[in-house]
Amino acid sequence: INAALPNQEPIHSDITPYKIVTSYNNFYEFGYNKDDPQANSSQFMPFPWQVEIAGEVAKPGHYHLDDLLKGMTLQERIYRLRCVEAWSMVIPWIGFPLSALLKRFEPTSRAKYVKFTTVLRPKQMPAQDSAFSSIDWPYVEGLRMDEAMHPLTLMAVGLYGKDLPNQSGAPFRLVVPWKYGFKSIKSIVKIELVEQQPLNTWQKIAPNEYGFYANVNPQVDHPRWSQKEERRLPSGLFHPNIIPTQMFNGYAEVASLYKGMDLHKNF
Amino acid sequence: MPILVRRLLIFILGCWPASTLVWGAVQQNLGGDPAQYILLQTGFWALRFLLISLAVTPLARLAKQRWLMVHRRMLGLFALFYGILHLLSYYQFILGGNLERLVSETIKRPYILVGAPALLILILLGVTSTRGWMRRLGRHWQQLHRLVYLALILAWIHLYWQVRSSYFDAVLYGAIGLVLLSFRARNYLIKRI
Repeated sequence: INAALPNQEPIHSDITPYKIVTSYNNFYEFGYNKDDPQANSSQFMPFPWQVEIAGEVAKPGHYHLDDLLKGMTLQERIYRLRCVEAWSMVIPWIGFPLSALLKRFEPTSRAKYVKFTTVLRPKQMPAQDSAFSSIDWPYVEGLRMDEAMHPLTLMAVGLYGKDLPNQSGAPFRLVVPWKYGFKSIKSIVKIELVEQQPLNTWQKIAPNEYGFYANVNPQVDHPRWSQKEERRLPSGLFHPNIIPTQMFNGYAEVASLYKGMDLHKNF
Repeated sequence: MPILVRRLLIFILGCWPASTLVWGAVQQNLGGDPAQYILLQTGFWALRFLLISLAVTPLARLAKQRWLMVHRRMLGLFALFYGILHLLSYYQFILGGNLERLVSETIKRPYILVGAPALLILILLGVTSTRGWMRRLGRHWQQLHRLVYLALILAWIHLYWQVRSSYFDAVLYGAIGLVLLSFRARNYLIKRI
């Protein structure tokens, strides 16, 4: 982590303080309140960590995270994170492009999508054991192959120059900055290359509210929250930091991935 | 304990959640998003005081503690107080005081659309909670104040429609509400028979 290349791009917006990034987030495995992930994740053991690479690849197998990181150049990327709940942050991640990892395992021509799975550890993740949960654990997410191979798509192992804290998806997570935060799946134990579009967890729970793509899009409202604006944290009480939400969260370079697609239908 | 002392105690207890929120905001220890925290807490306290005020009559009857009845009004008014704080914090802290958005969000979001009449009922009942209005309305007063049951049901739907990953709160508050409402239903049926 210390050897990570520093961020090269100019920073246009204020970075959200470390304390807020690590004390306010959704990680439903640890509880449904925003402060639960920090409060309930101290029992979680992120090391040692194994990741299974499976499906349509030439070299499937179980790999130690250390081995996956070998030969990868860690770099700092400062990304905007937009939650579907209409709040947002700016976070300095440490990681490497997912494309570098996938290439190493040689996806076959039948690999059309990437399916990610979060670890299942009810003893260390209290909400996975809850009788009141609407989520069918483990948490699953997916990307189309070209989205996964896009240079912006990051596998993160750190933030703010440190290892990922447990509540932020330690030790190994996805960051897709042009999609709503729930796409950026945490604590990944399985990466599977598949032919069919995977059914991601939130789409399974409420298909009218959450789609597969989940691209940040101010023109497509969520039934519960307006997506035209967002509150960028930190946000004051009497002068909330309300800013207009940008298409693809401001990452216009991904627009070509969705040429010709109806983004109202494919939300 | 003299009635005035009891009243004062309930008043202090009722103000306690609001004061901790104000103090927390001043000290900046309400977490990463104080606006969301205050919104959530005022909403829950409105619902809690609604349930507490609805628990007074069954408690007074079953435990034969008639003195409790005197305090029902103040507890109900605290439900109204936190309901108004809930609306104001949404309007100012979340929407930045944008009235146009308050109107459009209320119309567009079903969970807000059911919350709004719940608060309107509480306002109506709060205004007519005085002795003067009791006298003026006579036997209609009680009929009017039965709207509180509707307010409770709407407030619960407002909570239920916001469930994302856990049904815990909806089940907990729903179960308490159901017990309190079934007490009324039972009495109503006994009278009819």
